[in-house]
Amino acid sequence: MRNLLRWETALVFLLIVVALTGQVSTDGSFLSGGNLFYLGLDIGEIALIALPLTLVIVAGEIDLSVASVLGLSSALIGWLWNAGWSLETILPTVIVVGALCGAVNGLLVTRLGLPSLAVTIGTLALYRGLALVVLGDTAVADFPSSYTEFGTTPLPGTNIPYPILLAAVLAVLFGIALHASSFGRSVYAIGANEEGARFSGIRVKRIKLILFVLAGAVAAIAGIVYTFRFSSARADNGVGLELAVVAAVLLGGVSIFGGKGSLFGVLAGVLLLGGLRNLLILQDTSTEVLTIVTGLLLLVSVLAPSITRRVGTLRKAHT
Amino acid sequence: MDGPPVVALDEVSKSFGAVRALSGVSLRLLPGEAHALLGENGAGKSTLIKTLAGVHRPDAGQVLVDGSAQRFSGPADALAAGIAIIYQEPTLFGDLTVAENVFMGRQPLGFGRRIDVAEMNSRTSELFARLGVKLDPARPARGLSIADQQLVEIAKALSFDARVIVMDEPTAALSAHEVQRLFGVVKALRDQNAAVLFVSHRLDEVFALCQRATVLRDGEFVWSGELSGETPDSLVRRMVGRELSQLFPKEDTTAGDVLLSVRRLTREGVFTDVSFDVRAGEIVALSGLVGAGRSEVARAVFGIDRPDGGSVHVRGKKLKYGSPTAAMAAGIGFVPEDRRQQGLVMDASIERNTALASLGRLSTFGLLRRSSERALAQDWAVKLRLKFAKLSDPVGVLSGGNQQKVVLAKWLARKPSVLIVDEPTRGIDVGTKAEVHRLLSELAGQGVAVLMISSELPEVLGMADRVLVMHEGRLVEELSRADATEERVAMAAAGQVAR
Ligand SMILES: Nc1ncnc2c1ncn2[C@@H]1O[C@H](COP(=O)(O)OP(=O)(O)OP(=O)(O)O)[C@@H](O)[C@H]1O
Ligand SMILES: [Mg+2]
Repeated sequence: MRNLLRWETALVFLLIVVALTGQVSTDGSFLSGGNLFYLGLDIGEIALIALPLTLVIVAGEIDLSVASVLGLSSALIGWLWNAGWSLETILPTVIVVGALCGAVNGLLVTRLGLPSLAVTIGTLALYRGLALVVLGDTAVADFPSSYTEFGTTPLPGTNIPYPILLAAVLAVLFGIALHASSFGRSVYAIGANEEGARFSGIRVKRIKLILFVLAGAVAAIAGIVYTFRFSSARADNGVGLELAVVAAVLLGGVSIFGGKGSLFGVLAGVLLLGGLRNLLILQDTSTEVLTIVTGLLLLVSVLAPSITRRVGTLRKAHT
Repeated sequence: MDGPPVVALDEVSKSFGAVRALSGVSLRLLPGEAHALLGENGAGKSTLIKTLAGVHRPDAGQVLVDGSAQRFSGPADALAAGIAIIYQEPTLFGDLTVAENVFMGRQPLGFGRRIDVAEMNSRTSELFARLGVKLDPARPARGLSIADQQLVEIAKALSFDARVIVMDEPTAALSAHEVQRLFGVVKALRDQNAAVLFVSHRLDEVFALCQRATVLRDGEFVWSGELSGETPDSLVRRMVGRELSQLFPKEDTTAGDVLLSVRRLTREGVFTDVSFDVRAGEIVALSGLVGAGRSEVARAVFGIDRPDGGSVHVRGKKLKYGSPTAAMAAGIGFVPEDRRQQGLVMDASIERNTALASLGRLSTFGLLRRSSERALAQDWAVKLRLKFAKLSDPVGVLSGGNQQKVVLAKWLARKPSVLIVDEPTRGIDVGTKAEVHRLLSELAGQGVAVLMISSELPEVLGMADRVLVMHEGRLVEELSRADATEERVAMAAAGQVAR
């Protein structure tokens, strides 16, 4: 617990460093209202998906199919819109399909006892494939502007984009679920000692299933946000985004082995990752470099706990 | 048995943060002796042993082997110096076989430097034969009962032919039969001039095996000397610092309605046709040798494992197969045998562990009431005389016996109407053991039906209204309190039932 707090303090510190260097190196445009708006838009989907994924990883599982669910939901929106459905019916339908995608993951993991890493690598390909089947490589863009203008306008009187408001509301809900409810306690117990959780009467399988369903549903919501933000429904929307989300969650101090982490840390991780990427974009860095940076952050956040432990024991050994 | 000590600790101190686990403790272990290390839960016994092993580095003082100071940097160094250690909590690798665990890191090599599996298995079998246990060397370690895990750890320590063998509560889950065999082996080692350091809360074992003893209290050295002039009572006085009644026999209650009823319960290859009832106010003991299937029956009743046939009724209502949640809803509580894997979440705090089985009743609309959680933990910590620094400390830093108390607290806090306890006092010291017995007796007095599995015969005879004895997966004997004698229980456990 104390380790975690220290990690979160370090994250906040790093955030300040990134903000200040950004501010200096861009002559003050990094923290300008306009850029903050785009930064917010940019991390919207990552922030959304990171919320349920945090719970999944704390429970000792992983879901790599989230970006594909995002793509599938984007493709579905385009296809159903072309078929003449109204957006009022399309959106709930898409969220239900996302939840079903999550349920498939969850059932394969809990009923067949397969490792979630293998299952969701499989469905990562499967759901993306379905998205391509649904929409091919065309794009649907003729959505009403009342649905797409949040991509250019913030909340009235602020620089806050709407997706961030949505993410903030969901963050409060997920925060309560993870940190203040009996459900959250069970999630931590499952991640730290699954057998012990079962011996305590915790419904391990059911809870894991719920977590996968939540991840699917929220990924679909992120797909809706993504589609309207760019006013473009495409099957390949959000390819590779799972990497950024996992990186943000682990950077936030959640243990890849389960049982440890906090939502506050994850939010800081999302901001840090988003801030770094935004800063690099401002300086015209290529997307390859962006991917490399994301990958490096992922490695660092996986390695950090074992490095600090190693350093800790070394220091102890020398006193 | 005389001569200079093989191993000695000289004025060793060790603190964990604000907790002083050892302060200026000395110990001398002579060749050819079995030496008991005694003290209450949290007195510092395991810490002393880990210091000896190089797991902990002493803050002050030193470890001497053959008179020269050592700086072990880990168990491997201790082994190289001829010290083999059996830790209190078994730490086997679940995915490896039993034999691979025994020969971890020094597997016998055959042709072409490949691991000679057959040789390794047969050598493991030999070790088990010396201990008189039947265990398949080729099976994976995962799923072994806690007693079997302990036996594997013992076999591993014996395989080193070490000069010094340190055993931290090796017998805590073993029944009389296995303990006898272990003592036979230890005596043979002693005759070869090996030294043995032995930790146990069962004083009869201490007197049966050891010649000398050292007593710790709250991390301080209290006494060391010959056991010949001591009695169990005098030792307890040294450990606790006051008089203490050692055994708390169950008070008589009138048995009420049948609360738990098990009929023809069967799990293929594990236990067959097990039927019994437990009434309100009764304590029924399930006795037998290690591996007789006692814990397995308990697991099936609680819904951890799915039985292949038969039924479990609570208050006349049939329980769903394989659902701990349903069992708990029906009022069953279950203290499992393996606190590390099954009973506790080691990284989580004392209060979270205490609350883990009561989350439902500690929350309103799914939101946990932190103050109630803390109050619950605080309450039980006092009742069970838990030795701890802060309730928010991870349960893993508690001493073994204190961890066991947290498992008990977790289940007693639910106020179950049927309580199944598997080795409830494993690793618990004499004083608290009497306290736990008093608690169980009190619960029975309030109308709880208690099913108790225990390998400790005095506990069984002192606490049980009825004793059920299992042998090789079957119930072979039922004895009333009056008929239950040490001899008859032991006979039945060995499969010899006089009819
Ligand atoms: N790693 C640790 N961190 C913090 N405190 C510790 C740690 N290990 C032991 N302690 C504390 O040191 C004290 C002595 O513990 P130790 O395990 O040596 O007791 P013990 O005599 O073996 O007890 P038991 O009979 O219950 O096994 C206890 O108060 C325990 O909480
Ligand atoms: Mg101990």
